[in-house]
Amino acid sequence: MVLNCKHVWAQISNYIEGDVDPELREAVEQHLAHCRHCAAVLDSTRNILVLIADDRVFELPMGYSGRLHARLQQAIAAST
Amino acid sequence: MAAEASSTSPGAGVSPAARDSELIARILSGERKLFHELVRPYEKSVYFATFSILQNEADAEDAAQETVLKALKNLGNFRAESKFSTWLISIAVNEARARLRHARVLKFESVDGSSPDEDDGFTPSVISDWREVPLQTLERKELRELLQKAIASLPEIYREVLLLRDVEEFSIAEAAVALGVGEGVVKTRLLRARLMMQKILAPQLKSKRSGLFGLFRSRAGGSWF
Repeated sequence: MVLNCKHVWAQISNYIEGDVDPELREAVEQHLAHCRHCAAVLDSTRNILVLIADDRVFELPMGYSGRLHARLQQAIAAST
Repeated sequence: MAAEASSTSPGAGVSPAARDSELIARILSGERKLFHELVRPYEKSVYFATFSILQNEADAEDAAQETVLKALKNLGNFRAESKFSTWLISIAVNEARARLRHARVLKFESVDGSSPDEDDGFTPSVISDWREVPLQTLERKELRELLQKAIASLPEIYREVLLLRDVEEFSIAEAAVALGVGEGVVKTRLLRARLMMQKILAPQLKSKRSGLFGLFRSRAGGSWF
């Protein structure tokens, strides 16, 4: 199986997920070994995903939890 | 940031699913105050789910509160075929989408999973060599703003799947249930969302010629450059 760049881009997400069969994985890796552009696309995509998974990127509004549980408390009290 | 149970809540030492089942049974039998403990591990995920759709802190918080109240009211309808967290997030997604529709903001974006998921030849940003980006320093605030702005620029259906899978670390199956679509749709949207993020961010990060990723290397393992 020989893949071109567009084939590899179409598989990048599943490849990162580990959700490609062994034959396709091997074909993707053969392409990546010889195509620095696709290797860079894979590296940059994977790195961006690591960045956005970082707890420090997204923060809750100050006092969110307190306000949520106060409202919940009111609802529970009203229903009992 | 995955939705996991706190080890200090009732039922510590058991799996999150077992803990949730026990709490739900007790709540339904009258210990309603335990609902606080049931939702506490997931309240952050609820907010990010509503924020991913509404893109406004105040609206997202209001929708998150409404989500939790609806979950309390409808807890008797919860069926253990899915995780409680998945059920809760699906309520959050529906609540946020309903608010968007009500505000008539949802004019130009489809939420039915049809046309935007078709493969129309979207291409990533082809950069010469990502690994050439030198390791220097950049303020974390600047990085955070870059990432938030990039996510905010995605169409809603891509933003929400990216938030659930890549920020909240839901499985593909859980994201599918929460969003009310099939797993194939989630995978297709995820591919598009990830490549859009790469296309937006890779040139910016490269042009910064900075060491953004040095800030996060401890989380990233050995596969950075």
